[in-house]
Amino acid sequence: MNAYEKLKTARAGGRPMGADYVQALFTDRVPLCGDRRFGEDPAILSGIGYLGDQVVTYLAIDKGKDVEQRLQKNFGCPKPEGYRKALRLMKQAEKFHRPVVCIVDTLGAYPGAEGEERGQGHAIAENLCEMMGLRTPVLSVIVGEGGSGGALALAVADRVYMLEHAVYSVITPDGCASIIWKDAARVQDAAECLRITAQDMLYLGVAEQVFPEDFEHFDALCALIRERLLQDLRALQKLPVRRLLAQRYRRFRRYGIFEESP
Amino acid sequence: MFGLRYRRTLRLGEPRGVRPPETLPCPACKTAAAHEAALSSGFVCPACGQYLRVPPRDRIAMIGDPGSFRELAGGVSSVDFLHFPDYQNKLDAARDATGECAAVVCGRMSLSGMPAAVFVMDPRFIMASMGSAVGEKITRTFEYATAHRLPVIGFTASGGARMQEGILSLMQMAKCSGAVKKHSDSGGLYMTVLTDPTTGGVTASFAMQGDIILAEPGALVGFAGRRVIEQTTGARLPDDFQRAEFLQAHGFVDRVVARESLKETLTLLLRQHRRGVGA
Repeated sequence: MNAYEKLKTARAGGRPMGADYVQALFTDRVPLCGDRRFGEDPAILSGIGYLGDQVVTYLAIDKGKDVEQRLQKNFGCPKPEGYRKALRLMKQAEKFHRPVVCIVDTLGAYPGAEGEERGQGHAIAENLCEMMGLRTPVLSVIVGEGGSGGALALAVADRVYMLEHAVYSVITPDGCASIIWKDAARVQDAAECLRITAQDMLYLGVAEQVFPEDFEHFDALCALIRERLLQDLRALQKLPVRRLLAQRYRRFRRYGIFEESP
Repeated sequence: MFGLRYRRTLRLGEPRGVRPPETLPCPACKTAAAHEAALSSGFVCPACGQYLRVPPRDRIAMIGDPGSFRELAGGVSSVDFLHFPDYQNKLDAARDATGECAAVVCGRMSLSGMPAAVFVMDPRFIMASMGSAVGEKITRTFEYATAHRLPVIGFTASGGARMQEGILSLMQMAKCSGAVKKHSDSGGLYMTVLTDPTTGGVTASFAMQGDIILAEPGALVGFAGRRVIEQTTGARLPDDFQRAEFLQAHGFVDRVVARESLKETLTLLLRQHRRGVGA
């Protein structure tokens, strides 16, 4: 499968959505709502639940199953109040020493006038900064689209996992094509040039593991994901917080390819 | 596939920022001002008062104490590691046009006698988009400031992340945020001055992470582009949408400061935050 085919697969409507992963991965859930500042964003499902025997805070971007849900959730494009709710619950997880598990599937943060008025840029910026210092383990699984800053705001994590045909990109290939070639139809070329596949992310060290996709056996897939997350959580929870944060800093500090002359 | 490729190196031993005479056309009234004249007027159009964009070294000269600037990470420059179409040409053209290696100039300087680390982004350089080089330089600036207990003053301007560097440009947002967080946790003061235009991934990271956020009058500041929003929502946006004054009205900017008062305002704020000095 080439990058464009993967992009189409990652966006396909019949694919499991955030809500499906929440249901399959976490048991005894208590959903929690609201950013305590402006409102509730249904694009991000959030709450406390059990991952195996481990209590976690979960945050999952959900695109919605039908037209009604999708309109309500803006097709999985979170608004500032969604990111602020996520941050509120991450700080809560920090307070109660439970890990955070994020499920990411978004085209990107919601691009709309009211998002700008309420500080979409500020909300993402604050999440990036606070997640770099969050004193509890954070794991992120990109299950479909990892769209730009809107995905990164839930993916400043100690470990990032991706599904086999998930993608992660700095800009939508569609947006890239219309900027570079003034032609959104060249999305195929853009998808190739941008290097968006899960396999590219492994190569670049942006993701630690890729899970093979088998949606016919979704429960088995989720069991595999759960086992791996629990295994990594056990290792991360053994670390003193200072070392956890130092590792997270180094994980992001090394990203970048550049030249340097004396 | 991501291997480094040979690229001609700039004459790094020679002083940069020495440009041939150039003129800056005013975007509002189209009057062409010579660079020297623009510098002496603080890059305000003599004909109509419109703010012109200020090249980084001129900005440093406008607010820093004369001769106090020492550059950091000046040799860091971008690489076309994805072999992205036309990127190498864009880099070469930007380097030729600006005499700079990257879209940000970083260093330390003193301002009214008080030391500070500073970074100034350069919209002449591929719209000051943020790739690996910009992210690395800004991260090093914060790390330097943390180690030397210096405040950071950042002049932001950017079209967003540099898509020609793919996912690694997105990662720069987190990388810089980590350095900002460490600086902040160590008690350091970080002030941003949002200049025209500050958008996309830079708005969604270090531009909005300042303890104090100032903005130049009329500067375009936003996350999503105006055209994208109009296309997505079908709404017609007001003219002042995403301008500095709009952000101040919505609570995301502390003060909109006129260019002639900027040095005075920064001086006062630096003085109020001097470490080990009582109120």
